[in-house]
Amino acid sequence: MSTWEPVIGIEVHVELRTISKMFCGCPVSFGGEPNTAICPTCLGLPGALPVTNGTAIEWLARIGLALHCRIAPSSVFHRKNYFYADLPKNYQISQFDLPVCTDGWLEVTVDGEEIRVGIERAHMEEDTGKSLHQGLGGRIHSATSTLLDFNRSGVPLVEIVSRPDLRSAAQARAYAQDLRAVVAELGVSDARMEEGSIRFDANVSVRPTGQEEFGTKVEIKNMNSFRSLERAIASEIERQIAVLETGGVLTQETRHWDEEAGATQGMRSKEGSSDYRYFTDPDLTPMVMAPATIDRLKADLPELPADRRGRYSHLGLESHLVNVLSSSESGLRRVFDDAVALGADPVMAANWITGEVTAALRRTETATDDMLFTGPDLTGLLKMVSEGAVSSSAAKEVLTGVMAGEGTPAAVAQARDLIQVSDEGQINAAVDEVLGANPDAIVRFRGGEEKVIGFLVGQVMKATGGKADPKLVNSLLRQALS
Amino acid sequence: MSLADLTIVEAGVRLRSGEASSVDLLNAVIERASFTEAQLHCYLTIDHEGARRAAETADREMAAGTDRGLLHGIPLALKDNFCTRGLATTCSSQILAGYVPPYDATVVSRLRSGGVVIVGKTNLDEFAMGSSTENSAFGPTRNPWDPERVPGGSSGGSAAAVAVGSALGGFGSDTGGSIRQPASLCGVVGFKPTYGLVSRYGLVAFASSLDQIGPLARTVEDALTLFEAVAGHDPLDATSFPGEVPEMRAGFEAGPRGIRVGVVKQLSGDGYEQPVAAAMSQMLDRLTNDGAEIVEVSLPTFDLALSCYYLIAPAEASANLARFDGVRYGLRVEGETVEEMMARTRAEGFGPEVIRRILLGTYSLSAGYYDAFYGQANRLRTKLIQELDDIHRRVDVLISPTSPTVAFELGARTQDPLAMYLSDVCTIPADLAGTPAISVPVGLDERGLPIGLQVMAPPLGEPIMFRMARAVEERAGFGARPSMAGTPS
Repeated sequence: MSTWEPVIGIEVHVELRTISKMFCGCPVSFGGEPNTAICPTCLGLPGALPVTNGTAIEWLARIGLALHCRIAPSSVFHRKNYFYADLPKNYQISQFDLPVCTDGWLEVTVDGEEIRVGIERAHMEEDTGKSLHQGLGGRIHSATSTLLDFNRSGVPLVEIVSRPDLRSAAQARAYAQDLRAVVAELGVSDARMEEGSIRFDANVSVRPTGQEEFGTKVEIKNMNSFRSLERAIASEIERQIAVLETGGVLTQETRHWDEEAGATQGMRSKEGSSDYRYFTDPDLTPMVMAPATIDRLKADLPELPADRRGRYSHLGLESHLVNVLSSSESGLRRVFDDAVALGADPVMAANWITGEVTAALRRTETATDDMLFTGPDLTGLLKMVSEGAVSSSAAKEVLTGVMAGEGTPAAVAQARDLIQVSDEGQINAAVDEVLGANPDAIVRFRGGEEKVIGFLVGQVMKATGGKADPKLVNSLLRQALS
Repeated sequence: MSLADLTIVEAGVRLRSGEASSVDLLNAVIERASFTEAQLHCYLTIDHEGARRAAETADREMAAGTDRGLLHGIPLALKDNFCTRGLATTCSSQILAGYVPPYDATVVSRLRSGGVVIVGKTNLDEFAMGSSTENSAFGPTRNPWDPERVPGGSSGGSAAAVAVGSALGGFGSDTGGSIRQPASLCGVVGFKPTYGLVSRYGLVAFASSLDQIGPLARTVEDALTLFEAVAGHDPLDATSFPGEVPEMRAGFEAGPRGIRVGVVKQLSGDGYEQPVAAAMSQMLDRLTNDGAEIVEVSLPTFDLALSCYYLIAPAEASANLARFDGVRYGLRVEGETVEEMMARTRAEGFGPEVIRRILLGTYSLSAGYYDAFYGQANRLRTKLIQELDDIHRRVDVLISPTSPTVAFELGARTQDPLAMYLSDVCTIPADLAGTPAISVPVGLDERGLPIGLQVMAPPLGEPIMFRMARAVEERAGFGARPSMAGTPS
């Protein structure tokens, strides 16, 4: 029914969390005092030279392998020349026609439909410093002064360029999320959008449905969350269609996503098109990647999200749960995997992990890595629930206790006195006692007033100090009343 | 004779025998500078205090029996494009006027740990771009043999200082001939090593694939000694040669017998001043007499090497010099916007030759021109390297004049960049090919101006190159010093 087809490609920048920067020995650190992780090289002082960080190159190859790319046996660095205050050498060491990784793909599931998104290339470059524009809006052309922080300058940066294979904002978001998950899984980056350690730009165009040729491409920047990425693309698609349908013409440009306005805004256009005058960086020698190294890196790849999703589906989890669990942090997934390995019911375990456990972490502002709740704990807790040893509400309290470091679920349940009374004799005694004290209730129930049962259950619970299994109480009451 | 006129080897002997101290040597060169500097302007900075401290330390150490090697206590001059911690490093540019680096170049730290006394920083063509040291924002250096003439360049300050005795030796950098050509014009030895044998870390880059640090000295042996002190792998320079520096002393005095000497057809004959050509053929005769074999060889791409160089070097320079933008260090000329500040800073901070080369390089890298210019130049460079490789299968070394002319008068070529560029026609091939080449003084023309010959060798061919350079030096018997050096104190 739509007469316009959007065409979207995504460019991703990923900061690697190597120990040292791309071309010098300065530490890669986030959020330190400005200009404390700097040296002559990453500050672009006269005479300073770059030396390639081999680990960063291997990590890039890991990313490439995870994305089914070809890894170049030899590739070179180029200088990308442009003047910008936070680019200390006024050229960026990057890659041009000989990137490390080419021709890969990532499979993404959107609304139950699986699409394969082509990866054109993934290459290595260095990050820039940060400009902190002071005053008026925080944008460069309205700033009264600018402070520069070079701690980020020279941090290894991987750029991953997709092919224009995406056809909707939702697909683009799914691709971005999945790609982020892959990078996070590899452990090569913090991959935090809000901290800018992973950044997404989108190239968006529209064309009449059925047309082969691409429309005019617009690059959009400044999306700080997956939600804003999706909104920005959707809004840009709408804008482009509106322009075209009113007989307008689109210009190839870079636009800035304005979260508050909910629209993309044209950036002050640079005069002329940019000519980066790429040429091979004569300070660096070609990067050679031996076949043995590539084999080793391939063998070292962890389970990737797409494979994991397949595995979770086979455990009988429905697709929503598969997706939520797959995109959970690795610490949470480890708890899940361990619990399932110990015999826990996968569906129950997944529900707990994606529900209560995630919520508890958020509530207590605990990082997954600091979590004191293990696979055996989850297994134990689920066993207690299924055996009726604790009520489901008490189970949540047990979880809280375990996470607070109070011990195993059994220990916590004991200590916090949460063990449920499931002994029929004990409960029947309470039932008899309650019924004896409430003859009118018996009459009303037998007269068809069903809701009286709730009152009676409450009374039995009260009589057992709240420790009886309510389900059992209910059924024993009904037995006694029948 | 003043201590300032000793070779490094001789000075070393006196230091160890106790006949002279490092402070004595320093005093001698400072005294020499005190009456030559006003006229010659070899130095941009003389580090009186630092040099004195270093000399006193050297004397103390040597008295206590600590010997840091052949350069311990020797006063040397460094070109002002070597970063020296705490000592101004300007590259003869207004854009770096007053800039004090926070770190030492690898070469500088190696010299310091070898106990060298750094007298000061010498004048150069701005950012090493030039062949006369006239392109210095702080005024030209003059030739000690005739102060109306240029010392050559770009390492003209170091060459003139070594020639006149305001240092016992020095270092320069060579991108297209910037060590060898001034050495030739000043009557001293100048050596450009195989690319990668000396670290470039801390050398303010002009053209990274060509730049190489090397010594200037009064004798071939001094040059060898200076080179040994700084050569060797540096993990801070990715283009640094990872292997061992070849052993060069073993055959040093073995003479020319049995050496196959190539004479490049395109590097001889026409285009050379008569005394230069005569000095060359005389030397070839002597070498032949003493058992060397002279072979004429052809380097077809030679005629294109200069054009090739003037595409590659400016292209690299256009990126290397982009960092001088007024943002972090050096000159800043304020503007309404950051872009305007950068543009004004660069327009005012760079001299005309630097601006010319940045424009040239920017142009040759531009979209649509890259392939015709920079790309083509690189292909030509590859071809030149292949041709030289082929030649070196047939000959051990190549000999040519270092410069087509002797020292020219100040101002003679400043209005004609092409004429100036031609000064480097003999030296450029070794830079493009990354091969070692040395200039040795062989005589004076009838006006008393020095003539130099160049010995070139294949990559890592330093041992045979030094052996031949020593043979040339011995046969030339060049012992002349500029009369200024002899001015009694």
